[in-house]
Amino acid sequence: MTIKLDRPDERGRFGEFGGRFAPETLMPALEELETAFAEAWSDPEFRTEFSEILTTYIGRPTPLHPARSLSEHLGVEVLLKREDLAHTGAHKINNAIGQGLLARRMGKPRVIAETGAGQHGVATATAAAYFGLDCTVYMGEVDIERQALNVLRMEILGAEVVAVRTGAGTLKDAVSEAMRDWVRTVEDTHYVIGSVVGPHPFPWMVREFQRVIGEEVLGQMGDDLPDVVVACVGGGSNAMGIFHPLAERGIELVGIEAAGEGIDTGRHGASIGAGTPGVLHGSATYLLQDEQGRVREAHSISAGLDYPGVGPEHAYFHQTGLARYESVTDDEALEGVELLARTEGIIPALESAHAIAWVARERRRLEGRRVLVNLSGRGDKDVEEIGKRR
Amino acid sequence: MGRERLSSLFARTRAEGRAVLLPYMTAGLPDPGTSLALFEAMAGAGADGFEVGIPYTDPLMDGPVIQQGSERAIEAGTSPDVALELVAAVVESTGLPVLVMTYANPILHRGVDEFVAVAAEAGADGVIVPDLPVEESGPLRRAADRHGLGVVQFVAPTSGTARIEAVAAADPCFVYAVAEMGVTGERAEAGGRLDGLVGRIRAVTDVPVVAGVGISTPSQAAAAARVADGVIVGSALVRRVLEADSPDAATSELAQAVADLAAAVR
Ligand SMILES: Cc1ncc(COP(=O)(O)O)c(C=O)c1O
Repeated sequence: MTIKLDRPDERGRFGEFGGRFAPETLMPALEELETAFAEAWSDPEFRTEFSEILTTYIGRPTPLHPARSLSEHLGVEVLLKREDLAHTGAHKINNAIGQGLLARRMGKPRVIAETGAGQHGVATATAAAYFGLDCTVYMGEVDIERQALNVLRMEILGAEVVAVRTGAGTLKDAVSEAMRDWVRTVEDTHYVIGSVVGPHPFPWMVREFQRVIGEEVLGQMGDDLPDVVVACVGGGSNAMGIFHPLAERGIELVGIEAAGEGIDTGRHGASIGAGTPGVLHGSATYLLQDEQGRVREAHSISAGLDYPGVGPEHAYFHQTGLARYESVTDDEALEGVELLARTEGIIPALESAHAIAWVARERRRLEGRRVLVNLSGRGDKDVEEIGKRR
Repeated sequence: MGRERLSSLFARTRAEGRAVLLPYMTAGLPDPGTSLALFEAMAGAGADGFEVGIPYTDPLMDGPVIQQGSERAIEAGTSPDVALELVAAVVESTGLPVLVMTYANPILHRGVDEFVAVAAEAGADGVIVPDLPVEESGPLRRAADRHGLGVVQFVAPTSGTARIEAVAAADPCFVYAVAEMGVTGERAEAGGRLDGLVGRIRAVTDVPVVAGVGISTPSQAAAAARVADGVIVGSALVRRVLEADSPDAATSELAQAVADLAAAVR
């Protein structure tokens, strides 16, 4: 099999994954979006404006931080790509600004978004304020509770936060509700999806907006590339953003899913590790489902990884061996938070702490190799949750 | 049986100069044991056929009422197999055409061909899968062809001519004209864009056109029936079942609502 790394095919497929399993009402908008994005992305003016905003507003490039005391503690050389230092505190802003710019170009006065951890909601609310767009964010009621700080931030930024009470009241339900809004409002609204998920062209477009992470690493490290790159995987946008430019360069790419309370308890978010192929939120991918093909509820202490699906390009990376996928439990992630806080003075988001915890767990196997961790976000939003578990 | 039964239904009602009424009902409401009685009551009240929903955990095209109906039916034990047994019972008892409605994932999970075979075995005449647009419905259409079932394809107010032509080329048993932008649910005003939409569909194909999404009252159904060959009403009926105090109350409420709608499409 030849591996394809560029655009998905004309049906939006990465191998057998991806596609466009969407209601007809949305299909014309998805076609329009695909054309608009393809045009914008090959328009030098759009690219220039995007990178200017990334520089002057988001603070890119984010630093590459040699985590010396963590390295010493673990006996493994660890570098951190500091997405936590991007404006609003996570990588999510890269995509939100890209899609906000596109929404403005397409003449859509309103944006909607789903959010789990609240970081994508905050990022979209920020982009909406920046570009002067109306903004509605869907968030599960469980997540509203556990990420209260981000709810306030969104409201201060002028967004309307709508509580989603269906299902488990978490990220999956928020995506479904955002899509239902979009089916009604598609003619004047752009859906700023928050990860490399959803129907084509979203997984491709979000990956392109997030590729800046990996491209910066190439510039920052030159020929001296790491041996291993690790990133947490919810939908998979921070991971794909760093993996994609670094793929097929002999680097081991490792995506970390949420093992929650343990894979064998059934309460986890390991869609690749413990799921099977199917269709969720408009694309063919791995998902957690029962024997009848009904979607199962995911679980993770981190709202951003509490999702029963994964981006279709990760399904493809898994199938082709371009990347490996492992998982880390809630408890391990909590230890990862404390470890990074004590050694480096950085409180990571619970999501990002999964990647740190994996390095800590696998330190013996990683000895002698240089490991780059994508530190996708900062942990301010999680301190209350972490406090409850100490 | 199968697709032909749908064709002859539309041939007959076109000759009678009226539209068909296809009530939507989630299988397994208010509970799997009482579900058949609801369909029998609707048949007695003038339904011409049914869209039977297999309850699903993530019904993306459905608003709050049908979501709640699906949740309740799943809790009451309505698995896809139980739903298909109900389809068989409905077909046997009422003799009316039945379309099975579900989402892409349960079909792919079971295997497209096996799903269609089981639906055909149960006596269904067609399938409706709202998240399989023409681009993705090829495998389903081929399987349905092999088993003599029809596949419904959707056209929305936003669909341009090229998409309508692609839908026509996919040879659906009928075109589902989405009367309102948005998911299923009741609306005070509905169908404002339906005339134009049905006109654009008829300019391309003469397969029957059935209007649905947002049509809930007899006057809305009557307006849709003036332009379309059929009308689907769902949320307004599911809501009556969810709100009823007892299975008996659900049955009689539903019969009354369907009788009013059946009169309206004539
Ligand atoms: C800090 C952080 N990291 C990771 C994620 C997971 O998303 P993704 O896998 O798309 O990067 C989130 C999502 O909310 C997040 O806030």
